[in-house]
Amino acid sequence: MDQTLPLSALQHYLYCPRQCALIHVEKVWEENRFTAEGRLLHLRADSGATGRRGGIAEDRSVPLRSDRLGLYGVADVVELRPGPDGRERPYPVEYKRGSPKVEDWDRVQLCAQAMCLEEMLGVTIPEGAIFYGKPRRRERVVFEKVLRVLVEKACGDMHAMIEGGEVPPAEVGKRCRGCSLAGACMPGASARVESYLLKGLE
Amino acid sequence: MKKLLNTLYVTSQGTYLSKDGECVVVRTEDGEKHRFPVHVLDGIVCFGNVLCSPFLLGHCGEAGLAVSFLTERGRFLAGVRGPQSGNVLLRRAQYRLADDPVESARLARAVIAAKVANSRAVLRRCLRDHGDRVHAAAIGRAVSVLDDCAGRLRMPVDMDEARGMEGRAAAAYFEVFGHMILAEDPAFAFGGRNRRPPLDAVNCLLSFVYTLLAHDVRSALEAVGIDPQVGFLHRDRPGRPGLALDLMEEFRPFLADRLVLSLINRAEVRGRGFVRKESGAVFMDDDTRKVVLTAWQKRKQDEVMHPYLKERLPLGLAFHIQARLMARAVRGDLDGYPPFFWK
Repeated sequence: MDQTLPLSALQHYLYCPRQCALIHVEKVWEENRFTAEGRLLHLRADSGATGRRGGIAEDRSVPLRSDRLGLYGVADVVELRPGPDGRERPYPVEYKRGSPKVEDWDRVQLCAQAMCLEEMLGVTIPEGAIFYGKPRRRERVVFEKVLRVLVEKACGDMHAMIEGGEVPPAEVGKRCRGCSLAGACMPGASARVESYLLKGLE
Repeated sequence: MKKLLNTLYVTSQGTYLSKDGECVVVRTEDGEKHRFPVHVLDGIVCFGNVLCSPFLLGHCGEAGLAVSFLTERGRFLAGVRGPQSGNVLLRRAQYRLADDPVESARLARAVIAAKVANSRAVLRRCLRDHGDRVHAAAIGRAVSVLDDCAGRLRMPVDMDEARGMEGRAAAAYFEVFGHMILAEDPAFAFGGRNRRPPLDAVNCLLSFVYTLLAHDVRSALEAVGIDPQVGFLHRDRPGRPGLALDLMEEFRPFLADRLVLSLINRAEVRGRGFVRKESGAVFMDDDTRKVVLTAWQKRKQDEVMHPYLKERLPLGLAFHIQARLMARAVRGDLDGYPPFFWK
């Protein structure tokens, strides 16, 4: 892989490949309320350094990287929990402003973080958690085989798309409504230009 | 959807702009005058001797705010860009297209089609609203010339034909432009387009409003990452913002020209607001310039229905939308460039 991409790109890619391409191929970015709130939430998570909470050591804003996946990023929180062999094992925790989603996006992102940590530390990480701001609750995520395969596949496809400078066409759907890039994407802009021109010249 | 933000126009000579946190601070000799949060602005236009701190410029660059420096009379001097400008993939696609005579002619035709249609719409609107007060026959003749041009542009044309249509349409339109001026004041007599310097008040107003339009269009193009210098209709000439000029064409008649007409016809500007120099050049005074700037800002807030996207949006956002549609056309996302047709 020519370039490493931010972990967030993977999530964008899973949400909508075009959104991911607009950001990483066309370099479009627009902040809306949701992204601003997400940023503030992260700012808070990023504010602390290492500490202990409930007897568990935790490290905040942990830089991550995987050459194999071609990803880099920052984990919000990595807890160090005792493993079965008595040694401390990293346990990534990601903060999300919204509520748990039916789709796999958040879990894939967390799993990718875990896979980065595994590559960096040479350990196995069986699980982590996502903290959702809406119900203010943690959700456990087990990094099972299916999820890991999904991460590998999505990373490969995403790199191919971005390195090829490709921007796939919009697939108009429900997701477009909540999309921060709808203004730049213009999913509705697909009418035939020639007939539009002729009408304008009437 | 992107929001329409304000442009900060600074006309007071000797003003110093600096950054304080997330704010632009405006200082004159008398001390601090204003302060604006950066996030409510989409650009800063400085007229004449206005100074900006490098940190403010850097912040604007990063936040995607366009900063332009013009002479006191509105001639473009320089624009400031931030650390990242443009999108190299988009630009390469744009250059390839500009090198292709067939594709260039296709895009030029779209741009001219809208200019012709919008010029005709301005003339028709005048006939409808003031048919009894203007030289309706002359304007009607100009409309038929534009009808003819529009008819020919319904077919694909090569670049020479496209330019020919443009020239013919512009000549017919400016021939009767003076008829749309209803003010009695002889200061607003119009004998044709002239510039650099403008030789009468109407040309002075037109040139000034075109400069404001150019700033907005150029910054919209830069914001979407496309190169404002490489046009399709306006060929490359060092220092000339070819694509910005292309994209301006569709906006000139209904946005710039009509604004000038209504400023004159509603007596918001007066003949005495203009100064004639020894050379014959005509310039507006400070108060007139302020009137024009305010009217321009206000006009950009008017809501219109975008004919292609079928969405209501403030006119000021149309520059950004058109820049994006141009980028889409360049990247081949769209099967052509859909210009803005004014109804």
